[in-house]
Amino acid sequence: MPLLKKRVKRDAEIPSASMADIAFLLLIFFLVTTTINADKGIYMQLPPPLEDTEPPEINQRNLLNVLVNADGQVLIDNEVTNVAAIRDIVKRHILNNGREPQLSTAPDKAVTSFKTKRGLPYETYIAVLDEIKSAYNDVRDDASRQEFGAPYGEYKARLGDDEEDVIAERYPLKISLAEPDPD
Amino acid sequence: MSAHFKKKSAGTKQEIPTASMPDIIFMLLIFFMVTTVLRETELLVNVSIPQAEAIEKIDQKRLIQYVYIGPEKLESGGLGEPAVQIDDAIVRERTNIRQFMYRALREEPRTIVSMRVDRDVETGLLYDVQQELREAEALRVNYSTTREAE
Repeated sequence: MPLLKKRVKRDAEIPSASMADIAFLLLIFFLVTTTINADKGIYMQLPPPLEDTEPPEINQRNLLNVLVNADGQVLIDNEVTNVAAIRDIVKRHILNNGREPQLSTAPDKAVTSFKTKRGLPYETYIAVLDEIKSAYNDVRDDASRQEFGAPYGEYKARLGDDEEDVIAERYPLKISLAEPDPD
Repeated sequence: MSAHFKKKSAGTKQEIPTASMPDIIFMLLIFFMVTTVLRETELLVNVSIPQAEAIEKIDQKRLIQYVYIGPEKLESGGLGEPAVQIDDAIVRERTNIRQFMYRALREEPRTIVSMRVDRDVETGLLYDVQQELREAEALRVNYSTTREAE
């Protein structure tokens, strides 16, 4: 009998005091290696390769030609302007609805063609593209505010999965990136 | 007189309970583990991306395939001719871009090609790369920019 008494009961426990330290170590590792920021930028759709599709026929008045030369000078439908004026002209073009004879007949038919010389610096390329995209954003924002009382971004966020985006349908983003001429 | 102002709270211990510390740390840990993207490619070209206003966020980071275009970083520390970098290597042969994108698209059809282009690069090079993208049918493109400072 006295033999049994010698057994001392020990607690079977994993020491957890260092748990916080281990977690801290891992935390610091991930803190250092993390990059949270998502990629931001101007989203575009490239035209499909030329061989398998004929470029669609577009009525000349529905096409707004934005040409930029290597020095950043802008020519819109054969009129010299500057980068800052592009937005208004594109907006007028989209919302023309057949009023002015040289601009578009309807918003969903309006196409903006963007073409530059090969020597143009990328910064100006983005600046022009930004203006064109902003024009479309402005038009969509205005329409969304009028009809749904919220900017387009908010309206889009509220849309369900199977609901149609009427604003985008009415003002489709038709920006055509034209190939430059070899110079 | 002075006896009146003697501190009363001599008996209690002043300790912050630390039992929940590991839980808090673990929560932070899990947050960072989830948001982390481990592999950052080492840039072999110098890229300073332009600013723009009408920009969108791309949330699905897994769909993005980066293409870097900018003046090549030379070993001497200077900058060389503009070059194209995909993943970890500079692509010398333009047609390799097509093959690379073709393969990327086969793996993930929703791939978005994010162009991180230096602001001083001439657009001619960009067009050449885009031509290759079109051939590979990688048509979803994002021109990576930062938000314009107000």
